[in-house]
Amino acid sequence: MTAPDAPKGKRWAIWLPLVLFGAFFALVMNGLIRPADREIESAMVGKPLPVFDLAPGSPDRPGLATDAFRQGRPRLLNIFASWCVPCAAEAPQLDAIAKSGVPIDGVAIRDREEDLARFLARHGNPFASIGKDDISEVQLGLGSSGVPETFVIDGSGTIRYQHIGPIMDRDVAKILAEVERAEKPL
Amino acid sequence: MHMLARLALFATLIVSALAGPLAAQDQLPPAPYAYRQLEDPAQEAKAQELMETLRCLKCQSQSIADSDASMAGDMRNQVRLKIKAGEDPEAIRGWLIERYGDYVSYKPELTALTWPLFAAPLVLLLLAIMLLRRRFTRGVGDND
Amino acid sequence: MIAEAGLALLWFAAALAVLQLFTSLMTLRGGDGSGEMGGIVRPAAIMQGPLVALSFAMLMWLFIRTDLSVLLVAANSHSAKPFIFKVAGTWGNHEGSMLLWVTVMALSGSFLALVERRLPERTMIATLAAQAFVSLGFYAFLLFSSNPFERLLTPVAEGNGLNPLLQDIGLAFHPPTLYVGYVGLSVAFSFAVGALITREVGPAFARAMRPWVLGSWIFLTIGITAGSYWAYYELGWGGWWFWDPVENASLMPWLAATALLHSASVLASRDALRTWTIMLGVVAFSMSMVGTFLVRSGILTSVHAFAVDPERGTFILALLTIYIGGALALFGARASTVSEGKRFSIVSREAGLVVNNVALTAILGIVLLGTLYPLLTEAFDTKVSVGPPYFNPVGAIFAFPMFVALAIGPLLRWRSDRFGRIGKRLILPAVVTVIVLGGALMFAPDIHILPLLGLGMAIGLGIASLVPLFGRNLLRTPLPTYGMVLGHFGLAVALFGMASESAFSTEKLVAANVGDRVDVGPWSIELTSMEPVAGPNWTALEATMTARYEDGSPVMLHPQSRTFTQPQQTTSESALSTRWNGQLYAVVGEEGADGRWQLRLWWKPFVPLVWLGGLLIALGGVLALIGRVAGDVRRGLQRRRIAMRRESKPLAAATTGPAE
Repeated sequence: MTAPDAPKGKRWAIWLPLVLFGAFFALVMNGLIRPADREIESAMVGKPLPVFDLAPGSPDRPGLATDAFRQGRPRLLNIFASWCVPCAAEAPQLDAIAKSGVPIDGVAIRDREEDLARFLARHGNPFASIGKDDISEVQLGLGSSGVPETFVIDGSGTIRYQHIGPIMDRDVAKILAEVERAEKPL
Repeated sequence: MHMLARLALFATLIVSALAGPLAAQDQLPPAPYAYRQLEDPAQEAKAQELMETLRCLKCQSQSIADSDASMAGDMRNQVRLKIKAGEDPEAIRGWLIERYGDYVSYKPELTALTWPLFAAPLVLLLLAIMLLRRRFTRGVGDND
Repeated sequence: MIAEAGLALLWFAAALAVLQLFTSLMTLRGGDGSGEMGGIVRPAAIMQGPLVALSFAMLMWLFIRTDLSVLLVAANSHSAKPFIFKVAGTWGNHEGSMLLWVTVMALSGSFLALVERRLPERTMIATLAAQAFVSLGFYAFLLFSSNPFERLLTPVAEGNGLNPLLQDIGLAFHPPTLYVGYVGLSVAFSFAVGALITREVGPAFARAMRPWVLGSWIFLTIGITAGSYWAYYELGWGGWWFWDPVENASLMPWLAATALLHSASVLASRDALRTWTIMLGVVAFSMSMVGTFLVRSGILTSVHAFAVDPERGTFILALLTIYIGGALALFGARASTVSEGKRFSIVSREAGLVVNNVALTAILGIVLLGTLYPLLTEAFDTKVSVGPPYFNPVGAIFAFPMFVALAIGPLLRWRSDRFGRIGKRLILPAVVTVIVLGGALMFAPDIHILPLLGLGMAIGLGIASLVPLFGRNLLRTPLPTYGMVLGHFGLAVALFGMASESAFSTEKLVAANVGDRVDVGPWSIELTSMEPVAGPNWTALEATMTARYEDGSPVMLHPQSRTFTQPQQTTSESALSTRWNGQLYAVVGEEGADGRWQLRLWWKPFVPLVWLGGLLIALGGVLALIGRVAGDVRRGLQRRRIAMRRESKPLAAATTGPAE
């Protein structure tokens, strides 16, 4: 018969499963108590805008190119689309921001001109210029993963802040503050 | 338990990936290389392999190669165009990580936060050796 | 009245579980396995099965009758639903699926209490105590948080119907398959806890537990195989495994059960690996609970928040913590007093099985770590993704050595052996593996390392798995040996399918007009027509494709682009054509601006072997289970005959002494 071998050296190992289970428990409790937000933040904040040159999306506004963001003043870059429901929800807030004197440029993602015209007629047109991004080229270049998203770009063309989702009333102050911060170069 | 719910989840996952949120569907035709293969089969193979390891950001649980979301299509277009222009697949992955962070790639990078993933196989092996060493008799003839 | 009766039966069963727990604990404390209290334990367990089964039958009856005064029926059924989906609708929702789980669990408990007489009575009582404890948690979950029999104050005129996506016959029977697997693992868990309590960890314990593990493993194997095939043809993207958290959650219990199966066989045959087997018994059940929790709580994929229920997820986490935390604490307290069992040489069948166990456990660890890792980094506010580029190579690090051990191990003797003795029998598989590797490198120089190794190993393994039968009298070979051979062969078959799919698939994406011809691999496919078709709750555009394999006769394929009306969803319905050497996979997409149709075609050589292999593995399990159970029954009858003989000749027995 086997002599019961004294497992002296590995008493700790016997408690290892319980310790691992404890770690699992701590991990999932942490995940349950403070669930991570599911938004994917752009890693481009703090970096210069990618180079692009988009054709106009609307007959009464010019197209949009990187150079527009290098004129010494902060601007907002709003990524939107006529087919995006939350984009309509943020229209009044965008309008208010534009009226307060912050220029906003739009990038229309995968949009048709007639749809865009209808959208702007219905929800207002706060944009200084509108570029048409039919293959999400600029969106991908910015590290944006959905519509709407809004970027604060400083006067040297550096991305300073990203707002994900529609701009609601409560977000306006924050965005204006970020614009103010962007007045000073990094 | 809840297997059906689990399946429902899986099913919705599939459908949402295939269709995208219907309320927010654009009408534009897909980008040129969203559903078109590169002319050179070797390049296409490279692109396909890379696309299978890039995460669709809209559907969140599928690769861009496996998704019909229009953004995934646009990402495929970019990947194929860059491959066509002769870029290295890992450089393209790096380009996307630069924009979206490590989340966009299914291939974890070795960083200060992810090294345990890569140490795990070794740790498991050492642990097994340590725990089992004493189970073996020394020689063939050694009895219990 | 039916609903009320069903609920009453459930309460009655729960009360019996309390009784079962109480009496078994009292007996264990008393230290005497045959006390008065001890006599109540088994009957209390036996009665629960029929009671809960009757309760389940009542819920089913309510669904068949579409009794709209019951909340669950009104919320999930519809009077105009086909009969089979009314039946399946019983468990096609949270509450019903919980009741099904509890039903399977209670029936298992009855069966266990009724037939298992080999273990020392005290260990058996401890096992039934653990079983009652586990059951009580689920009874509580059902009665306090998921009552399936809740009435509506005012009955509604018509029910909500079942999600159209779930109206699929395969899906209807997928969940019960997995429940049986999970419940089987819970019984193995009870055995492990019972053996720990009484410190009776030996071959008898392993033999009693083994059929439950085998049975559960068979169902899990079938469940995963079917689930993978379903994803393959439903997804429309040609892949069959995505390392998605949901898939990983179903794989983890299987990995643990496979390891447990093998270590239990070491314990049963050789009385070695005692604490390790106990540990695996706990881990296997933990994994089924962990997987369920991860999926249900939405903690990993909560972008689909509508399909998950955090509150119920939390309830599962609470149960999980009580069971597993408790069992592991008991393990820590007791395991050091359980001797490790016998030792063995580094060249022995045990050693082969140890390699298997280490590899499977390591793969399990990798899958668990990779699945949870995004959650870990999120705690540090960083998002990462862990996918196939991690799981495939890291899993392979352990899988390939395991395959080698699988080829060698079954040829080795228990305890101690020499490679020299079996070397000759391995020459053939080794040589064939080298030839396949060389051939593959010659004809497909671009092949990646993993598929290459997979192809070579699969062929070598396929031969090696049959070697244990060489030179044996096939008529006298025991059934479990056939089971092992078939299971291992099935693994080789599946591996070949995986490697071949990964190495040789060809894909074609084209925009085609009606009348155009497309070549993919050896196939030539013509888009013959596009027609609108309509189903009960969807409309679709159906393509007709005429496909020819080389110059063979034409095969018609009908993939669809389907739009469901309620709720609005678009899905691609793939069309498949299966040959002995692979599968043609066709999907039709949207119509382009130029009126051409987007076609997606794949030729996947030998891909059906993936699932055929899975089924062979399960069939191997069935053979082994039949063999084991038949052996147990035979031995039981023998024992009874001896006992009867002794009874009829009490004098002779007394004079000749104990017969054993």
